[in-house]
This record gives sequence, C-alpha cells and structure tokens, in this order.
Amino acid sequence: MKVIDPHIHMISRTTDDYMKLAISGIHTITEPAFWAGYDRCSVPSFHDYFHHLTVVEPARASRFNIKHYCWIGLNSKEAEDLKLAEDVLNIIPEYLDRPTVLGLGEIGLNKNSRNELKVLERQIAIAAERNELILIHTPHLEDKLKGTRLTIDLILNEPRIKPSRVIFDHAEEHTIEEIKDKGFWFGLTLYPHSKGSPERAVDAIDIYGSDNICINSSADWSVSDPLATLKTANEMRRRGHPEALIQKVFYENPKVFLSQCPKFETF
Amino acid sequence: MPSERCPKSAKEILDLYFLENRARLLDIASFLDRIDRYKESEEAKADFRYKAFIKALKLLLETDENRTKAIQLLFSDQSTEPIESAVGLKAVGAWEGSMV
Repeated sequence: MKVIDPHIHMISRTTDDYMKLAISGIHTITEPAFWAGYDRCSVPSFHDYFHHLTVVEPARASRFNIKHYCWIGLNSKEAEDLKLAEDVLNIIPEYLDRPTVLGLGEIGLNKNSRNELKVLERQIAIAAERNELILIHTPHLEDKLKGTRLTIDLILNEPRIKPSRVIFDHAEEHTIEEIKDKGFWFGLTLYPHSKGSPERAVDAIDIYGSDNICINSSADWSVSDPLATLKTANEMRRRGHPEALIQKVFYENPKVFLSQCPKFETF
Repeated sequence: MPSERCPKSAKEILDLYFLENRARLLDIASFLDRIDRYKESEEAKADFRYKAFIKALKLLLETDENRTKAIQLLFSDQSTEPIESAVGLKAVGAWEGSMV
C-alpha cells in the first residue's frame, strides 16, 4: 500500500529509519519545524535548523527514493523570549520560498500563555499575507482543549485564511468535533504515551468518518514509531475495514490536503 | 457514516480486544498497588494527579457512553483565559483546577 506520513521529525531519526519507511511503502513524508528538546539561544541556530529541514533532510530522503517536504515555523515552546521570537519570524519568509516548504508549521500553543498567543498571531498573519497552508500543533495533555479553542478563535478571526487550508494536529476525542465542525482538517497522532494509539485512531474513523482526517506518526526523539501509520492501517484491516477506505485515510486524504500547496507532488 | 463503521459485531469486537484490555486493566491495578506498597504512599495519594486518576476510574463505571471523551475532559484545563507566562511550565497530564 502507498502511505504519506504528513508529520514526522526525520532530523531525530536514523538513516535506517529511512530504509524502513522506503521498504514499507511510505514514500512521501512531511516534516514540521519543531522544538529541539531545548530552547535555541540565537537566530543563527534557527538558520541552521531551517537549512537542515530544506536541504539536508531532502537529500537524506532522496537516497531512498522518498520525497521529503517540510514546514517552517517557530514552535510555541520558544515563544516566551519575544525579542528572539520576533527576530526568528523575520527570517521565516526566506525559507518559505524554498521548493520543498509547504507552509507554516507546526505553529500553535503549548501552555496557552499570552506570549505564545502573540507569536502565533504573527505567524498566522504571515500565512495569511502569503496564502500559505498552516499546520497547527495543539498543546499536550491537559492543555489541549483550551489551546485548541484559543487557536480556533484566533484563526477564525483572520478572514483571509480558509479553514480548509489549515490542519489541526494532535487532535483527540475531546477536540475532534470542535475542529471538524469549523471546517478545518484534523490530524491524529500515534504517539504511545501522550497522544493516541492505533485502536483509538480507528475508533475516530468509526465515529467521525474518514473525511478531512490525516493520521501521522510524529516520530521524533522520544518514544515513537516511524511505522505507526502502517500499524494503524493494519488495525483497520483487523476490524474488517475495506482496502479502499484504508487507502483513502493514509494516502488520498493527505494528498488532497497537501496538494493545496502547488509545490507538493507525490508518487 | 454507517458505511465507514467497523463491519464487525460487538461480540466480535469483544473477542478481538478482550485479552489485550484485560492485560491493560491488570497494569492499572498493579500501578495502584505499587503506590500502596512503596514508602510515602499517602503523599502520592494526595497528589492531584492521583486524585484525578481515581476520579477517572469512577467516571469509567458511572458513564454510559463516550467514556473516552468524558475522561479527556476530566483531565483538561477548563479555564478560558491565557496564562501570564509559560516559563518553566510543562504539561503533566491532569489539571489541578479540576481537583479543588
């Protein structure tokens, strides 16, 4: 089967993982900019990171015939230093112009603070000015519900952005309905301890249907699995879902959403 | 969307998932036993995360449907205003405000 993983952090994965993706049928991936596990202290650190996302990872992926795309943005965990954040936002447009960049992401909230909201609002404005796709990171655990609601309000207040060009990632049972009802896409993340499991992701398809849903591994430097999408496809199979529906969820849906960016092509 | 519902019966779902969820239930029981057994157990039980966990277990039995969503909401920050600063803060899995 063909699979697109729309959210995976290959900077944190080994070259062996590229091999596993390739031999398993995951031939197109997109990598959002994220928190490095520590706060970066200067703008040059972000230049290096964005260079890595737009040059180094596509080159690593191409050795395995995998198409690598990315998203550029400032993660909310690095929004409290407003001066540094503003300086980083100023360099984002030059990277958005690069050929494998699909839009702003992952941007959003973390602990739902005032500075996080200010920085998110600025990044949404950049996306609106340039008509970019947006990949939203919704907060972790107890902060997810509030952060999702604050982010929905912020985006709906920007009339230049169409909800159909925004995906809210890391949605869970208590946020899916509010995201979907407003016309946004939603992403389910297969992250064992803090997000969802294959069983719960397939439950979401049972309950909410297969429209406007993308499923991703979000594999990174923590407990995670770059083949989690395939394990979830297998979970659908185990429950008796037809192959056409599985193909829709893991290939056609992400292709439809991502193809709204004219730079995106897949196998 | 009935056409996208799992085509299996509820009995088939029970057959498919019983053993793995029996194991998960035992993991939860042993987690609570472990807290009982280790030193300073009472201190751990006074923690808002432990209290939220016990409340969630009760909710599991008292709720007739949408149990997953009910538990997610129980663990969630229900406030609506942004906080002043996120410096030094991280998510812990439960909201202290729901335990007061």
